[in-house]
Amino acid sequence: MNKPLRRIAIFCGLLVFALLLRDNWIQYVQADELKNHEKNRRVLIARYGQPRGNIIVDGQPITGSVETNGTDFKYKRTYKNGPMWAPVTGFASQAFDANQIEKLEDQILTGNDDRLFFNRTIDMITGKKQKGGDVITTLNGKAQKAAFEGLGDKKGAVAALDPRTGKILALASTPSYDPSKFAGASKKDSDAYNALKPDVDKDDPMLNRALRQTYPPGSTFKVVTAAAALENGKYTDIDGPTDSPDPWKLPLSTQPLPNEGDIPCKNASLRQALRYSCNTVFGKLGDDLGKDKMLKEAEKFGFNEEVFTPVRADASVYPEKMDQPGNAMSAIGQFDNRATPLQMAMVAAAVANDGKLMKPYMVDSLRAPNLNTIEQTDPEEMSQPLSSENAQKLQSMMETVVKEGTGTSAQIPGVTVGGKTGTAQHGVANSKNPYAWFISYAKGDDGSPVAVAVVIEGSDTLRGDIAGGKLAAPIAKSVMQAVLETQSDK
Amino acid sequence: MSSSTTNTTTISTAGPPSRRNTELAMLVFAVIIPVFAYANAGLALSDEMPSGMLSYGIGLGLLAGVGHLVVRKFAPYADPLMLPIATLLNGLGLVLIWRLDQSKRLAQKAENAGQVFAASAPNQLIYSALGVALFVGVLILLKDHRLLQRYTYISMVVALILLILPVFFPPRFGARIWITLGSFSIQPGEFAKIIIAVFFSGYLMVKRDALALASRRFMGLYLPRGRDLGPILVVWGMSILILVFETDLGTSLLFFGLFVVMLYVATERTSWIVFGLLMSAVGAVGVATFEPHVQQRVDAWLDPFAAFKTGGSDQIAQAMMAFGSGGVFGTGLGQGNSDLIGFAANSDFILATVGEELGLAGTMAILLLYGLIVERGVRTALAARDPFGKLLAIGLSAAFAIQVFVVAGGVMGLIPLTGMTMPFIAQGGSSVIANWALVAILIKVSDTARRPAPTPAPTTDAEMTQVVRP
Repeated sequence: MNKPLRRIAIFCGLLVFALLLRDNWIQYVQADELKNHEKNRRVLIARYGQPRGNIIVDGQPITGSVETNGTDFKYKRTYKNGPMWAPVTGFASQAFDANQIEKLEDQILTGNDDRLFFNRTIDMITGKKQKGGDVITTLNGKAQKAAFEGLGDKKGAVAALDPRTGKILALASTPSYDPSKFAGASKKDSDAYNALKPDVDKDDPMLNRALRQTYPPGSTFKVVTAAAALENGKYTDIDGPTDSPDPWKLPLSTQPLPNEGDIPCKNASLRQALRYSCNTVFGKLGDDLGKDKMLKEAEKFGFNEEVFTPVRADASVYPEKMDQPGNAMSAIGQFDNRATPLQMAMVAAAVANDGKLMKPYMVDSLRAPNLNTIEQTDPEEMSQPLSSENAQKLQSMMETVVKEGTGTSAQIPGVTVGGKTGTAQHGVANSKNPYAWFISYAKGDDGSPVAVAVVIEGSDTLRGDIAGGKLAAPIAKSVMQAVLETQSDK
Repeated sequence: MSSSTTNTTTISTAGPPSRRNTELAMLVFAVIIPVFAYANAGLALSDEMPSGMLSYGIGLGLLAGVGHLVVRKFAPYADPLMLPIATLLNGLGLVLIWRLDQSKRLAQKAENAGQVFAASAPNQLIYSALGVALFVGVLILLKDHRLLQRYTYISMVVALILLILPVFFPPRFGARIWITLGSFSIQPGEFAKIIIAVFFSGYLMVKRDALALASRRFMGLYLPRGRDLGPILVVWGMSILILVFETDLGTSLLFFGLFVVMLYVATERTSWIVFGLLMSAVGAVGVATFEPHVQQRVDAWLDPFAAFKTGGSDQIAQAMMAFGSGGVFGTGLGQGNSDLIGFAANSDFILATVGEELGLAGTMAILLLYGLIVERGVRTALAARDPFGKLLAIGLSAAFAIQVFVVAGGVMGLIPLTGMTMPFIAQGGSSVIANWALVAILIKVSDTARRPAPTPAPTTDAEMTQVVRP
């Protein structure tokens, strides 16, 4: 009987060998995949197993952690002034995962990042609990406050940048939400979270309007069209007359492109056209330049591409495929032309920074628990949409808008301010309330420290560029003032 | 034992050394390792030495010591590895169960379900003691394993009764594999596997020639005669009945595998394996097509993570994530979250805790320990001198190997989950007691196999020539 016995021995050996192989497969080959599987609760347990690192603005944390007595999660995230900062921080919830900075910099905040390995090892040897690192943001608390309070109970968003570096100074979106309300995992938390879903709350408070919502930019886009005209040499003298009939018919159409109100647009100079926001002048300009040149200039300003700040901002759109009248309409910020508030702030910033567009970012540095900097973001040039000479011409035009045009309500005594208003029609046959836009920058002796874009979803029946000037410009003004104040404090 | 120097016979009475001291030395490790593991888990869970440390160490040491003394006295030539490995596995199992007892998550879960969360480790310790008591009983009472041969047909009846009984008791967790008497419940399948191995050994020893030789050659295979095919059909039918009425995939698989292995060893005919595999395939596919319980298991095996979408049981997925999170070296005892698996974390799925907290290294070590027990069992079968002993040893070893493969393979997602327990490690009274008995029988067979032949009786007429006087 020994021959079959030996074979059975081999069979049993194979059974054990199969188990060993399988074990190596799941615990070595597939280990990382299983370890970081989205359904693996250990990820969450680790995330809340120790106080989470903080997100810091102006040297002060805007987040915190409190100890709880849950079975899975020892600590819970708290937020200071949650609704105001939500578009910056995102949320970190025990039950609903995390997003934005809380998610993107999770490894640093939990202290699991490979770059913290040395810290962790020291802590382990000295018997200290693991601690999370901090994320230092570029935001300006006063500017953020001005933006958030300026928006008030209106629906809208503000994005402010430092044109010289691309640092994001303010990022507000209203209506907002308080991430503290659902940071835990209890029934109360999930109720609070579910109440925020867009199908329950029509206002969609969790939408980050500053980065993730695109609006038709309306007349503020005329700044881009003007830049395209200067860059392509269509007109060089901003005070010379343009070849612009009024009324002007859209190409391939019998439909005249109307101006808002009774304004002097016939053969108006670029400066006057921007000052009064002449649709005829800029519509024709876009048509004269053609779609390709317009598209190229828009893309230099950052259109048609997502921006990572590192939080992703939706791509703004200058349509690549459209007919001639569509292009003319897009040149005045209508048709399928869409932009995020961040994108329009980038447009204003590029002009203010003498034509150089800096890549926007909001994480200045990452800090280890022992306060060592482990990563520092350096300002980075994104593109040069217009020459410094043309940028200065455009600045002069935008400053006229604020001095004596549609944007007078953004004037700040003793400070040079440039801006452009906009009112974007939307809805079928303009049936819905328009969006009020304002983009602007303030300028001091050493360049421009702040560029702002404000959009307010039509809460008002005001039409025309008055809306942008009346609703949005005062908010932009207070944001710029807040930045200027902190500048002079330094 | 008399000196062999004067012996002139060809059979040496020296034999292999008894190796009892080797066994004792290894038993020391088999007790110390779990005691350290216990301290380790306690420190990790509550930053202090667990309070039961001393009693646990003494308890495990006593069990091992008693086992050793009895083996020394009643099975002096037994294989020296089996008792230490069984002790080590049982000891580690206790630590793992104790560690899961400390889980707040499982306590919370039981509370939410309206149950009282009871610690399982103390019960398991009592069952382990009962198991060792049975081990001792078998060694003392069973003078020779061949005595079991007498009970061939009685064992068949007992095994059948044990297997059929659970049908009359309510199912738990979707399977009828328990006999419940008040708060006390046993899983008869665990005992039945030993009894049925006894039956097969006795039956096949008698019938092996008829099964092997009285056959017709057909397409290169030796086909058995119809009447010899009878028993295999009965067992095939029985395992299918278990599958259908008790929805116990594991037990039926175990019995089928056991029977095929023993038939093959007894008859030395490959044709029996071909038949066995064919019939098990037919049975399994046939049952799987109309039995939802089996289908669910197969679906869960094919895509463990689908449970998160469809809302089925996520145990397999949780076990896989536990294994993955353990990685190569594991989180350390007491520092994992294998209790996320839920209520079966300390029984069917206890290997996942090994995987997470001891890592790939620890899991492979445990699997190799099981492999070693099987290897020593097969070696015993090879060394056994009587066909009954050979069949019994290989039957028990194969049953043990198949059970380990089916459970570990199920938990690790290699094969569909069948719902059996890891011998010695998993929480469960029947399992621990039955497996101690299994080891006791193997030890008894190995003792007989390695025992030196008795000194030939001194012949009175060695010197003298017999003279027939008129």
